[in-house]
Amino acid sequence: MLRDMMPNFELYQPDSLDTALDLAHRLGENGWLVGGGQDSWDWLKNRTKRTPAVVDLSGIATLKGVRETDGGIEIGALTPLTDVENNALVRERYALLATAAGRVASPQIRNAGTLGGNLCQDTRCWYYRGGVDCYRAGGNTCYADTPEGQNREHAIFGASRCVAVTPSDTANALSALDASMVIHSRGGERIVPAAEFFVGPDVNIRHMTVIRPGEILTAIRIPGTWARAHFHFEKVADRAAWDFALLSVSAALRLEGETIRDARLVCGAVACVPYRLHAVEQALIGSARNEDAATRAAALAAEGAKPLNFNQFKIPLLQNLVRRAINGAGSAAT
Amino acid sequence: MAHKLLGQDFTPHDVVAKVTGEAKYAEDFRAEGMVFARLLSSPYPHARVKSIDATAALKMPGVVGILTPDDVKNPAPPEIPLLTLEPGYVGAPILLIAAEDETTAQDALEKIRIDYEPLPFHVDPLASMHPDKPDARTDGNVGASGVKFQTLKWTREDFANAGTRMPMGKPAQEWTFGDVDAAFAQCKLVLDESFVHSSNSHHSLEPRTAMAYWQNGKCILHVSSQSQSFIAPALAGMIGIPPTDLVLVAEYCGGGFGSKGGAYPLQALPAIFSRKINRPVMMRINRAEEYYHGSARLGFQGQVKLGFAENGKLLAADLYVIQENGACNSFYDFRNAPDALTVLYQPEAMRWRGLPVHANSPIRSAQRGPGYNQMVHIMEPLLDKAARELKIDRLAIRLVNAPDMNSPVGPQRNPVSSCYIKDALQKGAEIFGWQQRLARNGQRNGSKVTAIAVGQAFHPAGFSGFDGLLRILPTGMVHIHTGVGNLGTFSHSSTSRIAAEVLKLNWDDVVIERGDSRRNLPWNIGQFGSNTNFTMARTNFVAATDALAKLKEIAAKRFGGSPDSYDIDGKRVFRKGSPGTGMSYGEAAQRAIQLGGKYDGHELPKDINPMTQVSATAIAGTGLVGVAKDNLPMKGAPSAFAAAFVEIELDTDTGKYVIVEYVGVADCGTVIHPSGLETQIKSGAVQGFGVAGLERIVYDPQNGLPASVGLYQAKPPTYGDVAQRFRVAGVDKPDPSSPLGTKGIGEPLLGCAGSALLCAISEAVGGHAFNRTPVVPDMILNHLAGRPQAHGALQVNCQ
Repeated sequence: MLRDMMPNFELYQPDSLDTALDLAHRLGENGWLVGGGQDSWDWLKNRTKRTPAVVDLSGIATLKGVRETDGGIEIGALTPLTDVENNALVRERYALLATAAGRVASPQIRNAGTLGGNLCQDTRCWYYRGGVDCYRAGGNTCYADTPEGQNREHAIFGASRCVAVTPSDTANALSALDASMVIHSRGGERIVPAAEFFVGPDVNIRHMTVIRPGEILTAIRIPGTWARAHFHFEKVADRAAWDFALLSVSAALRLEGETIRDARLVCGAVACVPYRLHAVEQALIGSARNEDAATRAAALAAEGAKPLNFNQFKIPLLQNLVRRAINGAGSAAT
Repeated sequence: MAHKLLGQDFTPHDVVAKVTGEAKYAEDFRAEGMVFARLLSSPYPHARVKSIDATAALKMPGVVGILTPDDVKNPAPPEIPLLTLEPGYVGAPILLIAAEDETTAQDALEKIRIDYEPLPFHVDPLASMHPDKPDARTDGNVGASGVKFQTLKWTREDFANAGTRMPMGKPAQEWTFGDVDAAFAQCKLVLDESFVHSSNSHHSLEPRTAMAYWQNGKCILHVSSQSQSFIAPALAGMIGIPPTDLVLVAEYCGGGFGSKGGAYPLQALPAIFSRKINRPVMMRINRAEEYYHGSARLGFQGQVKLGFAENGKLLAADLYVIQENGACNSFYDFRNAPDALTVLYQPEAMRWRGLPVHANSPIRSAQRGPGYNQMVHIMEPLLDKAARELKIDRLAIRLVNAPDMNSPVGPQRNPVSSCYIKDALQKGAEIFGWQQRLARNGQRNGSKVTAIAVGQAFHPAGFSGFDGLLRILPTGMVHIHTGVGNLGTFSHSSTSRIAAEVLKLNWDDVVIERGDSRRNLPWNIGQFGSNTNFTMARTNFVAATDALAKLKEIAAKRFGGSPDSYDIDGKRVFRKGSPGTGMSYGEAAQRAIQLGGKYDGHELPKDINPMTQVSATAIAGTGLVGVAKDNLPMKGAPSAFAAAFVEIELDTDTGKYVIVEYVGVADCGTVIHPSGLETQIKSGAVQGFGVAGLERIVYDPQNGLPASVGLYQAKPPTYGDVAQRFRVAGVDKPDPSSPLGTKGIGEPLLGCAGSALLCAISEAVGGHAFNRTPVVPDMILNHLAGRPQAHGALQVNCQ
């Protein structure tokens, strides 16, 4: 049962990263980090998950904003999604991310929600969010992966006991841009590539990222590798706003003339992690960017997919979106 | 006839309060010593509560008391219990805890230990009719208003013999008119289709919070309600007091869409709890709980067989509707549905069979166009299918079948009070440019297909027999007392303008008395069923007519001659041909007080409702009182119709579409409030788009858990999902049974939009009728990819 009633907890509101790291270290698993709160408050108000203490990071000014780095940019993890969407540097170099950020939820949620929060948010599997004792919640079953399971939004790739998917629109865009996550702890910082930052149930069935208690995601670094590439982002959801993707595709292409020299295609809402279409990328490199390449890419895109009872539609949808990402039809980021 | 106020826009008095935040909803009220109550609801879809141990909870500091099923008097099953020991759905209220603050109350709930015995359950009414499948209740599985609560199971043969049709065993109710077999035998084309119309939540923006306290033996109750006077007797009954001891405050309502039309148990619980603990009680219902307790439209599973003549005329129909009741008694959509079919398409012969079946899902109640709109959502795409097969224009087949002023409705074959659906279709076609747009219907632009479509809908639109009450004060101000409620459509004011029109008042001379029973309100029907306009136009008309007669009588007494020799204007009553011989309304009101008797409300008509008698007596002696029961003649069944035209661009790659343009036309009689009508047409369309193409209500058949308990999960339309361009119009032809020609319109405006959208989607995908709502992107994609649909043919409450 969803309660929608905030419980009591200790609230910490640090104004510096050092203080926040001290708190995160001291509280460990008993400290819940909150950015914009768009995921956290749901869990806590519904009392499905509990915590004795909340560390509100929103007062740390140094964790907000977009900075130029050597060849790329660094975005503070607490930067609101609206700012990511509208930032001139992001728009000029990485329109893929700007577009993806602009398709998150609703304007109100993008004003409050942060880029770091969008990346670290938990899955939206309705069974798990509803508080059932599934694998991800520490139990020993998956209610979605059954003949009668209501699994329309769930995974077609990479299931391992759990069939939940990543709900993040920006995660697959940043994965396509070869972004890295800057993670601080009291012991220092570590840089984790997006491909390693997000983890599936085969690696860790309780957590969707590698962040551990005591650590804080402080920034996202995007290298210059894909700056001003040909981008394509498309998200299909039931509603035009305030909805999670049924499927999304982020594509970055490097072209020489009409020839594809390099490619990144990463899909959202098909697996627990941003799902990179390696085979499609390899098939595209060296090809002309034309309808034939788009058709071949589409045919490869769904290879290995294992749909559930209610999400078989994701296969044609994935194929269609990948085809559009290559032939440039549909909504484009550039 | 030229009107002074009707057909003119005005700013309803509650608009400013809503915009500025001054409007006080039930949750905004406080009383000294108030405590907060929280509900403990069932985590099981069906269970028996074997024991409740609240010892630890009641020991918590700040906890004030508990209300259990033992403390309430529940109605006879299967009516909705106030609290229950046999919850029939996830979320069914079991008990309440009150504490000094809300967090403590919620914390206390978590200390309560309940021993549940899980019971068999189901979330599929049709499947549950199989003799080997469990029922939703232990005391019966079928029933509704007008249908005996009973256990009724079909046979194994009923299921085994079904083939591709829906299994059809014994119905609970049926009727026939005409020779159905003979009519089908004449048909050029017969369609025989199974269908599903999903249930969907009401999504009331204001959850059904209530607050109550007791003073001097009276219960002061703040509720969220569409209706005012109409719910008082039933609500008082739930609390166990006479209606005269209930002070009911419901000035504002943040949406109800039918779910707050009548009294409901959650309104009564704080009153009962307050009486027990002798403290004011606020029971807030939050957004998630609104999805458990807030009710939903009744879903349908069914089979319809339709026979058409070569020219598209519907000759015969055979309809079977299974209705999902939810766990408790609900509404009778299943019985309304065939009426929409009979009136809109005028079959010469028809059989209807209906079966209302309980399921372990939350309370169901009427939702905007209950049954009638489900029917057109199913019928309109099938009409298009017939048109395609018979090679008839889709607008033309509607005009061939459309009713007129003398057409009958329902099995009784009673005529409608008025019908201008042909006018609505033709007017809409002209505004939309149907003929011109046909040229681009089916055009492709890459993966995008343009489709145009037309839809229509019907709903009964009024009642009679309620009371009107107003008074003219010595100040000259006219107070119109209205007990109709405030659904948010401003009808409390727009229908009061009927009285103002009769008395030739400026709108500034009128005060609306409403929203609180202490304002002495008459017995009026609730605000539901598209009836307010018609019904309240009549009550306000008779009250104003009574006041007008009294004005003339008073003038005649003062200046001589017969009352008929007097006229009114400019807030004066005067002798015809001699405007200087007369008096102001204020002077007449003063004179009424002096005369007493019937003039100032000390003598009342014998036929008015006791509630009106109490209210009129309370204001007696304060001015000239106009009071009467609506005994006006009525010819035919008041009926509202609406037509819609839509153009969409559907992306065959994604299953998504853009609604490029929407045109809605209402047959609502004389237009009473143009901007109100525009708002109704647009908002009805938005809701129709949601029901037809977006809204989800999903239950896991394994454990009965609901998947759609948040706005983002239940998916009503957002601003980005509605039409890019709206155009609206009214036919603006009077209904002869309404004093000034007005009639209701709210509900068909959903159905015409939903059906137009469903028809457009069907048209865009090559004429495939999904026979199901909502039609969502995955269904479109599966169809276009030649894949089977994920849902079973008649599966419900699934994705």
